[in-house]
Amino acid sequence: MSDKNYLTTDYTLKSWFLTTDHKRIAILYFASLIFFFFIGGAAATAIRIELATPQADLVSSDVYNRLFTMHGIIMVWFFLIPSIPNTLGNFIVPLMIGARDLAFPRLNLMSWYIFMLGGCTTLFAIVAGGVDTGWTFYTPFSTLYSNSYVIVAAAGVFIAGFSSILTGLNFIVTIHRLRAPGLTWYRLPLFLWSLYATSVILVLATPVLAITLLLIATERFFGVGIFDPGIGGDPLLFQHLFWFYSHPAVYIMILPGMGVINELISCYSRKQVFGYKFVAWASLAIAAIGFLVWGHHMFVSGQSLIASLVFSFMSFIVAVPSAIKVFNWTATLHKGSIHFDAPMLYALAFIGLFTIGGLTGLFLACLAFDVHATDTYFVVAHFHYIMVGGMVTAYFGGLHYWWPKITGRLYSEYWARTAAVLIFFGFNLTFFPQFILGAEGMPRRYHVYPPEFQVWNVLSSGGAAILAVAYLMPLFYLGYSAFFGRRATANPWNAPGLEWQTSSPPPEFNFTTQPVVTRAPYQYNEDFQAEPQNA
Amino acid sequence: MWRQWIPFWQPGLSPHSGDVDLLFAGLLIASALVLGLLFLLLTLFCVRYRADNQADRDDRVAKSWHWEVGWTAASFVCFLGLFVWGASVYFQIYKTPADEHDVFVVAKQWMWKTQHPGGQSEIDALHIPVKRSVRLVMASQDVIHSFFIPALRLKHDVVPGRYQDLEIEVDRPGHYHLFCAEYCGTDHAGMIGEIVAMEPADFSNWLTQQAPSSPLADEGGVLFRELGCSGCHGNGSKVRAPPLEGLYGKPVPLSDGTSVIADDKYIRDSILLPRSQVVASYQPLMPSFAGKISEDQLLRLVIYIKSLAGHPS
Repeated sequence: MSDKNYLTTDYTLKSWFLTTDHKRIAILYFASLIFFFFIGGAAATAIRIELATPQADLVSSDVYNRLFTMHGIIMVWFFLIPSIPNTLGNFIVPLMIGARDLAFPRLNLMSWYIFMLGGCTTLFAIVAGGVDTGWTFYTPFSTLYSNSYVIVAAAGVFIAGFSSILTGLNFIVTIHRLRAPGLTWYRLPLFLWSLYATSVILVLATPVLAITLLLIATERFFGVGIFDPGIGGDPLLFQHLFWFYSHPAVYIMILPGMGVINELISCYSRKQVFGYKFVAWASLAIAAIGFLVWGHHMFVSGQSLIASLVFSFMSFIVAVPSAIKVFNWTATLHKGSIHFDAPMLYALAFIGLFTIGGLTGLFLACLAFDVHATDTYFVVAHFHYIMVGGMVTAYFGGLHYWWPKITGRLYSEYWARTAAVLIFFGFNLTFFPQFILGAEGMPRRYHVYPPEFQVWNVLSSGGAAILAVAYLMPLFYLGYSAFFGRRATANPWNAPGLEWQTSSPPPEFNFTTQPVVTRAPYQYNEDFQAEPQNA
Repeated sequence: MWRQWIPFWQPGLSPHSGDVDLLFAGLLIASALVLGLLFLLLTLFCVRYRADNQADRDDRVAKSWHWEVGWTAASFVCFLGLFVWGASVYFQIYKTPADEHDVFVVAKQWMWKTQHPGGQSEIDALHIPVKRSVRLVMASQDVIHSFFIPALRLKHDVVPGRYQDLEIEVDRPGHYHLFCAEYCGTDHAGMIGEIVAMEPADFSNWLTQQAPSSPLADEGGVLFRELGCSGCHGNGSKVRAPPLEGLYGKPVPLSDGTSVIADDKYIRDSILLPRSQVVASYQPLMPSFAGKISEDQLLRLVIYIKSLAGHPS
């Protein structure tokens, strides 16, 4: 047995671009996602600078429309949806279940290439002149009235969808077939339960998006009346199809985040997750009910009032399993031994931000209030609390938590905590004022606005400046640690998960001997009470 | 002075918006209670059970599922209450409007064109009397727009290909924002106007001062002849077509055995898709006018046919 790990087996470029090692593919995804995150983030920064004043001083209306469309498309499809599943998930899933790799290693590599093809297609649309439809591609604007690169951008998203489906399939088969001896379903870490639920949504919902984008292309190219009423189509049909995918997609984004939080809360309070089975099944419940709420995006669209009633009811119901999770995380802290390491700070921030995002989701599920708030900044604030406050915070938490496993190095705890606190502060300053803006009635997607909205917009833009700096910080201290950080032990946090039972970074095929599982997850009781290494 | 800088919440200006404000307050209080409880527990646990604190940690893994059933049921009941409350106000907001004072709204990239029955038309503005319910009949010429008056807590999408009815009522005179809330292209942010609510007497003055060229119904009548509709539907026509006098608001028997009320939507659909709802005992002869007339012209035809309601058939 040599002491080579997956990073040092080979150094050639070919060994990276033709690898079938899930860990290396995770690194490929990671590098691509950082790239997309900063493109989307740059667009967001430009948007917030423009909105600091009521006039259009920085960009024209057309440029602004292209900016927010690019921000949305890149962030949703090329960062949020693949982030945790394709980087952390790809890296950790086989390690967590004691497997040598994912079930289909070559399919995994292919998924990355498809993802990059989709990403490059979309980038081409942006470089060639941009898209101005908004990430929702609402018809008939997108099919008949937009003079921008709608088809190219939609093609990029369409291609990336195949990557999602293949990754989802790969995870489902892996979790079913490759678990180590003794690893029963109820011994599975909760991160895997949530990735499993996510994968089910990916496989079932993404094809609907693909069909919808194909229909847009059909109408644009051949003038077939599908969505345009002038030639016999129905504009609301598009919204039904689009949200049938895109609402479950929100759960694709948040469920993996919730999964990460289970690992973090449990590790840093040295205690098993309270109500394991409730949390596990809550993931599947969210995935299942999440398919039945799409109509809550259409309460003012003119759909039947009865339909709105049913969708509103289902939207309240889907909040119940999310509430269960929040209460269970809080109860996990009770009688724990809590360490405030950087990942734990992210986890605590997640609970707060996700709860605010979730509660304001109820405001929007509540029919009469939604009539006022929908399509205003209230909605913008709400989904940023879920997606950025929730998902991105969880991603950063998970990244710090597994960083020593991925790189074999420890990062600076001081800088990591500073960044976590700054992100929390900057985030709230950016997005909380937007709730107030929305409640006062400022519509979204406006680059000029009546002057009475300026105060809150200035606060929001100021917060965005802090947030931008805070999101850049990990790039430096994590980047530094990857090369010069202290060496990490196999199990720096002293956690009981299988992924910590092999060296850091792991060898090419993960384990030198096949692990056997004999107990439930999160057993911090006996051997795992010692301090984390970084503390 | 500070109120101009922190204009946090202005009360709504209609009976409905008062209900929405109350609902908003209810949601805020419920959320504040939940958040307060959560943050209290988080802080409490984080302080008391921090790693270096010697707190009592006996029975640390003992747990009872009663807690989970408890908070699942509590969330469910709380959510159910909010759902019912929100739904009941929603049904009031979107109840079928009374047919008192109609205003016709055509949305197009990027303006709101509003027209009163007397022919007074405005761009990006709408004058209405206070304390009277006004029924808006809205149509879109091109893409989806959304008619949004924050002061009334009221919004409705204007979807091409169909009419949307919306009832509005304002309590106090003043100027209020009218926004387009659904993204509609380049000048979406410029598609804003104002609602001018006036005392009824001022409103009547305004209406007469606007000196319309002719009422919309008259213009519709002219179109009715120009487009050749009168050739079949007019008196003394040789082609057998359903008479339109006294039609509006009455049930119409259809050839498939069902019947439909002749409202704005029905008349509009009959002009654009004449073969979808054929009147009983008539042949489906009429050609479609889809793509041949604009939303403005359609509205005038509908208003003209509506104006025939009083005439005996």
